[in-house]
Amino acid sequence: MLASFEDTRAAMTKITFIQPDGESQTVDAENGLTVMEAAKLNDIAGIEAECGGACACATCHVYVDDAWRDKVGKATEMEEDMLDFAFDVREGSRLSCQIKVSDAIDGIVVRVPAKQF
Amino acid sequence: MAETNSIPTASESSGPIETDVVIIGAGPCGLFAVFELGLLDIKAHVIDILDRPGGQCAELYPEKPIYDVPALPVVTGQELTERLMEQIKPFNPVFHFSERIDSLSKGPDGRFHLKTDAATEFIAKVVVIAAGGGSFTPKRPPLNGIEEYEGKSVFYSVRKIESMRGQDIVIVGGGDSALDWTLNLAPVAKSLTLIHRRDEFRAAPHSVEKMRKMVEDASVRLMIGQVTTIEGRGGQLSAIEVKTAAGQEKIPCTAMLPFFGLTMKLGPVADWGLNLNENLIVVDTERFETNEHGIFAIGDINTYPGKLKLILSGFHEAALMAQAAHKIVYPDKKLLFQYTTSSSSLQKKLGVK
Ligand SMILES: Cc1cc2nc3c(=O)[nH]c(=O)nc-3n(C[C@H](O)[C@H](O)[C@H](O)COP(=O)(O)OP(=O)(O)OC[C@H]3O[C@@H](n4cnc5c(N)ncnc54)[C@H](O)[C@@H]3O)c2cc1C
Ligand code: FES
Repeated sequence: MLASFEDTRAAMTKITFIQPDGESQTVDAENGLTVMEAAKLNDIAGIEAECGGACACATCHVYVDDAWRDKVGKATEMEEDMLDFAFDVREGSRLSCQIKVSDAIDGIVVRVPAKQF
Repeated sequence: MAETNSIPTASESSGPIETDVVIIGAGPCGLFAVFELGLLDIKAHVIDILDRPGGQCAELYPEKPIYDVPALPVVTGQELTERLMEQIKPFNPVFHFSERIDSLSKGPDGRFHLKTDAATEFIAKVVVIAAGGGSFTPKRPPLNGIEEYEGKSVFYSVRKIESMRGQDIVIVGGGDSALDWTLNLAPVAKSLTLIHRRDEFRAAPHSVEKMRKMVEDASVRLMIGQVTTIEGRGGQLSAIEVKTAAGQEKIPCTAMLPFFGLTMKLGPVADWGLNLNENLIVVDTERFETNEHGIFAIGDINTYPGKLKLILSGFHEAALMAQAAHKIVYPDKKLLFQYTTSSSSLQKKLGVK
């Protein structure tokens, strides 16, 4: 069946990163990756991710746009603990290595903070 | 890690400590170097700025699983550290924790002289730098101009509680360091404000409870918010601005202690005249020796074509380094290649025979 052949391709999800100066970049990310990995693969500025996604550095901090907060869900306790080490934490603050890319967040908008710690 | 683990530490001594090898860094690679050197009858002292062994594994991810250490399908950072400590026990390494090696130079007899920030001195035939990503140092909050205040009115640790007497102190953070200092300094401070971004604390529950009591009897003020700016002159703080749910608030203060965890900074390693490439020490892949004969570098701190920053790479590097170190420590002894499985002399050293 042609349709199922199509389905075996990894599904892609759009993610928009907005820099503090307003510049925005939209990338296609493979489902199953994390938002941090999608940022690194596309050389998004301001996502440092020193610990490689282990939720151990807080240098992949982003602000999830209001409209998307419910869809990405809440940070776990471990992530909240790590967010203590981030700078200028706000309502929509998340560690991008802890957000999985999936159809449910297709079109998501995240803002990169002015500084990573 | 439990202090009851009887890790041998150095006692106060006068004059430099003479030893075969000084290992800088007690991360997994420094620890395994003790083993490989020990098999060749080489004694080592190990120095680390942290107060316990394990490097990144102990400080950054003690509870997280590692899946690529050969023959251990899964092991946490803390477990790996404990297993290494057990493995090197027969060789009785001497640990010097909470000290940083600041200087390294060559003496007239070709041996190396090292000195820590606590003025402990060593003379060693061989130096093994297993400094990982560098010394663990407190994270500096990205507040404009904070550098100017550091050591004068912004502190990442306090050596003398008395120096804080009568001050208006602000402590920032929600972990054990922030809470411990809150409890310790509140009795001497003129005022103490604890600032944390949320009303939940990572610190041990009993210290949180004590802190809440102090808040109740008004000896401590707890503020939920984040510091946005600092004010002062010539290194002396006069106030900070805090963003809270209610808006911006200015708090007069004379000292601030921010606790945002630790990060790795290359530190003194950069000043020892070794060839560096992007903050990593350049080594060969036969001995893992630096441009200075007798100084080796293993683990995350080194670089060579194809380098992978993995624990298993550092273990391999330690084994080859030890062979080369043997030539320096025992220039006249021939080194026989032996297996731990079958060599009775190796087994004797390991205490299994
Ligand atoms: C979150 C995370 C997950 C990881 N997962 C894996 C994994 O799955 N598999 C894997 O193989 N690797 C993993 N790593 C990498 C691994 O932890 C490192 O490769 C390893 O710790 C390197 O060991 P090391 O002994 O070279 O240095 P480190 O562990 O960095 O230890 C170096 C020590 O030297 C000390 N030091 C430095 N300079 C001085 C000085 N001048 N004086 C005194 N002390 C000094 C430091 O304080 C530190 O304690 C991970 C790392 C992180 C952060
Ligand atoms: S990459 Fe380190 S916490 Fe996300």
